[in-house]
Amino acid sequence: MAMTGVLRPGHIQIRVLDMDAAVKHYRDVLGLVETGRDDSGRVYFKAWDERDHHCLILRQSDRAGMDFFGFKVASAADLDKFEADLQAYGLVTERIPAGDLLETGARVRFELPSGHLIELYAYKKMLGNGLASPNPAPWSAAAEHGIAPLRLDHCLMYGPNVNKNLEIFTQVLGFHLTEYVTLPDGVTKGALWLACSVKAHDVAFVEYPEPGKLHHVSYLLESWEKVLRAGDILSMNLVPLDIGPTRHGITRGTTIYAWDPSGNRFETFCGGTQNYPDWEPVHWTWEGLAQGLDYPHRKLHETFLTVVS
Amino acid sequence: MPVSGHTICIQGGAAYLCREDESVLAGMCRLDRRGIPLGCRGGGCGVCKVEVLSGQYTSLVMSRAHVSVEDEAAGRVLACRIFPRSDLALRVIGKLQKNICRAA
Repeated sequence: MAMTGVLRPGHIQIRVLDMDAAVKHYRDVLGLVETGRDDSGRVYFKAWDERDHHCLILRQSDRAGMDFFGFKVASAADLDKFEADLQAYGLVTERIPAGDLLETGARVRFELPSGHLIELYAYKKMLGNGLASPNPAPWSAAAEHGIAPLRLDHCLMYGPNVNKNLEIFTQVLGFHLTEYVTLPDGVTKGALWLACSVKAHDVAFVEYPEPGKLHHVSYLLESWEKVLRAGDILSMNLVPLDIGPTRHGITRGTTIYAWDPSGNRFETFCGGTQNYPDWEPVHWTWEGLAQGLDYPHRKLHETFLTVVS
Repeated sequence: MPVSGHTICIQGGAAYLCREDESVLAGMCRLDRRGIPLGCRGGGCGVCKVEVLSGQYTSLVMSRAHVSVEDEAAGRVLACRIFPRSDLALRVIGKLQKNICRAA
């Protein structure tokens, strides 16, 4: 399909309790590339194969969690159009001037009914992935430093009113629903996976009473073997694991979940389905949630379902 | 085999030995004991909140979203961020938030 409008997840800003410990984790264990530090002390990273200047921004704080999640749109005209469409839908938007984030153009920010701040932007400096052009090698030394994911892939957020989020993402931002879980009534959607591409998900939401919570930030690996290698590297570095290595029924992704040194959960995953917007979304019932979460074990992991930052 | 460490007594629950170089929560996990809810182990999620009833400990930074200045002064802290310097008696006060799975 033609990729227009919202192109992809572009960045997330995470709060950390100890910046030195966080930088060591994201740079040396997860294996992201540090690309800058700004005047306010925020530290910027990209995955080695990403082209854009950054996908992760760390901010020192006295509490964990996420500040905002951003999507790249195809053009400045798209940014203007989404800004007008969001306002017409009834949302309040704020325009943050270019340069607030390093190497990033103006951002349009709004708050979802789930309490999360979402941003759209049309420009971020392209640093490239460090490979030769023309005739690039398939990978470089950076691809073997730490876990070394290919890219920021998606984010799962917990909060109230996720069905209002669904309306905004599908009716205003052009996403489509790929999979969902219904509550015991068999009708109400309690968990949603949404894509602006053919990916299994670019963003996901789970209904939860407290607003604005982060469940996890996900990073893409190339193979199941790389997921197992990630498990080895996490254990070598005494990183606390939540679940995995295993495979989700929902999205079919192979996965490990673990926590950064401030208690923000992250995922290293591979695979997952590909989807088209004209497909019927995949439905998981309440009874099917256990195999949806962990297909081999068919188990509801309490920490996975209840611990957020 | 000689054992070393301080005795951690969870009110109404397990007692176990915890070394000075491991958190109260890590010591519980290493010995496969139960009692304190296990979460992020980084001071961010708040589920392992305990009240220390007696004893000495050192601590690392923990989220103000879950532990206020008053809490910290009164010994209401996160078990994943405290390290024993004497035997400790504590009770669990953290609770897992109800979410869709528990509400049902």
